[in-house]
Amino acid sequence: MDSRPPAPAGDAGLTIVTPGLDRGELMIEAGGLRKTYRGSRGRKGAAVEAVRGVDFAVRTGEIFGFLGPNGAGKTTTLRMLATLVRPDGGHATIAGTDLLRASAQVRRHIGFVAQTSGTYAEATGRRELVLQARLHGSAKSDAQRLADQVIETFDLAEFVDRRIQTYSGGQRRRLDVALGVIHGPTVMFLDEPTAGLDPPSRTRMWQEVRRLRDRGMTIFLTTHYLDEADALCDRISIIDRGLIVAEGTPSDLKREISGDVVIVDMTAPGTAGVPDEAVLGDAAQLLAGQPYVQGVEPVGTTLRLYVDGAATAIPLVMRALIGAAIEPSAIETRRPSLDDVFLAKTGRALHDSPDLG
Amino acid sequence: MKILRDIWLIFQHEAGLMMRNPTMIALSLAQPITYLILFAPFLKAAMVNQGVLSYADAYRVYVPGLFVAMGLFGGLFAGYGLLSALRAGVIDRCRVTPVSRTGILLGRALMQVALIEVQAIVITITALPFGLRVHLGDLLIAYVLLAMVILLSVSISYDIALLVRNENSLGVLVNTVGQPVSLLAGVLIPLALAPLWVQNVALWIPFSWATDGLRALFRGDLTDDVVWQGTAIVVVATVATVAWSSRLFNREIS
Repeated sequence: MDSRPPAPAGDAGLTIVTPGLDRGELMIEAGGLRKTYRGSRGRKGAAVEAVRGVDFAVRTGEIFGFLGPNGAGKTTTLRMLATLVRPDGGHATIAGTDLLRASAQVRRHIGFVAQTSGTYAEATGRRELVLQARLHGSAKSDAQRLADQVIETFDLAEFVDRRIQTYSGGQRRRLDVALGVIHGPTVMFLDEPTAGLDPPSRTRMWQEVRRLRDRGMTIFLTTHYLDEADALCDRISIIDRGLIVAEGTPSDLKREISGDVVIVDMTAPGTAGVPDEAVLGDAAQLLAGQPYVQGVEPVGTTLRLYVDGAATAIPLVMRALIGAAIEPSAIETRRPSLDDVFLAKTGRALHDSPDLG
Repeated sequence: MKILRDIWLIFQHEAGLMMRNPTMIALSLAQPITYLILFAPFLKAAMVNQGVLSYADAYRVYVPGLFVAMGLFGGLFAGYGLLSALRAGVIDRCRVTPVSRTGILLGRALMQVALIEVQAIVITITALPFGLRVHLGDLLIAYVLLAMVILLSVSISYDIALLVRNENSLGVLVNTVGQPVSLLAGVLIPLALAPLWVQNVALWIPFSWATDGLRALFRGDLTDDVVWQGTAIVVVATVATVAWSSRLFNREIS
C-alpha cells in the first residue's frame, strides 16, 4: 500500500516514464462498458441508460476524443474510466491495469480534470497545487517543488497566489489542468476542457493539451465542439445516446462522406426567418428524387444535400427548385464536416440534438 | 499509517481555508456567547426550585447543555459543506487520487469537531468570570465527550446529505431531527423539568446521555455512573454512524 507514484525527476518536470508501454500500444482498452442510472427516490423515476455498451481503444501517446451532444454518455464513460463511477457491466484496462479489480492502482496512473473545476473559490491556486501533490503521496517539500514546476509549465505565476475566485475562466482552467498533471500521470482525462472559454483561451488550452501529448501523455477528452474534435484529436469516437456510432481519425471519418455538401437555406423571404413547413417538405422530397443527390437531411431551416460535386449540382438544384416554384433564399457549399458524419450516422445534426443534460 | 496522513492532509487544508475567513470565525464564536449571556439568567430564575441559587449554579447546568446544543446543531449543518464540496467537484478531485476515501470524509468531519471545540473553549473561558468552576481533569474529559458528540452529529448530517443530495431536503431534515433531539437531550431546559414519559423517550437518545454525562462532569461527579455510561453510548453511536456515512461515501458518488 505504501508504494507511491514515482516523482518526476529533475528539471524535466512532467517527463513520463511508462515502462513497457510504447507509442502505438494500447493505453486504454474498454469493452462493453455500461451504466444505467436508476431513477432517484426509490423506483419512481425511470431508469436512464446513460452508456449502453461502448467499446474503444486508445493508443499510447494520442489525443483521443469522445464527440457527442450533451447527454450522450461522454461524461459517464469518462467518469467510469476515472474510477468515479462503477460500471454496471463490461471491462476496461488502463495502462495494463484492470479498472474494476485494481481501481486503486489505476488511480496512480491517471489525472482527471472534471467539467466543474474542483477547487475552492477562497483557496489560492498554490495551496491547491501543493495539496494535490500531497494527496498523491509527495512529502511536503517535494509537493512544493512540484507545484513550482507546474506553475512554470502552465505559466500560472502571475495569479497563482491570489484567491481562485479572482481568476478568469481561462486561468482557472489552466490551474485545473495543472492540478490534474502535477503527479505526472500517464493518462489524462479531460472532461470538456474548453467549455465556456473565450476563443483565445481555447486556442491556448489546445496548445497545452498538445504539449502534454508531446511529453508522452495519453489524453482522453470529451467535447461537444466539432472544431475541437477536428483540430485537437488524433482519433475520435462519435457517441450518441449511450452508443458509439463511428470511430476513426477526423479526416477518415469525413472521407466516408464522399463528395460535397450543398446547403439550401429555405428561409422564406419576407417571413422573418420562419420557413414554411410544407415548402420545406416539398423541397426535400423533390431534391431527394434527383439522380445527382445522394442524400437529403433537413437541419433546422435548411436542407443539407450530399452530392458528388457541388459545382455541377448547384445549377441543377436551382433549376429543380425553381421549376417547382420554390425559391430558396441562399445556397452554399462546403466540404463535409464532422457534423455531417454525425448527421449521417444518427439522422440528427449535432447542434440540433436535444439537450439531455 | 496512511489513513492518518490522509485525514491530516484534508484536515489541514480545510482548517487553512477556514482561517482565511475570519468573519465566519467571529460569527460562530459570537453566537454561543450571546446565548450564554442571554439565557443563563432565565435558567437561574426558572430553576430556583431545583437548587439553582447563583449564576455559578446556573452555568454549571447550562454550559454542558450549550456544549451539546452546539455540537448537535453545529454538526448537523456540516452536510451543507459536504454537498457544496461535492458540487464544486472538490470531492471528485480527491477521489481520483490514491488518498483514502474514508480519510477524505473523516478529515472534513474532524475539522468541524475542532471548530466547535474551539467554540466550547471560548465559552468555558467566558463563563469563568461569572463564577463557573470546573476541575481541569473533568473539563478535559468533557471536551473528549463533546468531541464524540460533534462527530456523531456531523456523521448524521453526512448520512442525510449523502442520501438526499440536495440542500433544501437537508435543511428540512436537519431541523426535523435537530429540534426534538435537542429538546430530548435537555440541552436548554434540563430534563428534570420534563414529564416522566419524555424522560423515558430521552433514554433512547445518545445526545441526552451526553448531556447528563457532561453535567455530572461539570458538577465534579467523575465517578457518577452516567459519565461512563454516557461516554460508552455516545462512542457506540458515533462509531456506527461514522461507519455508515463512510460506507455511503465510498459507494460510488455521481
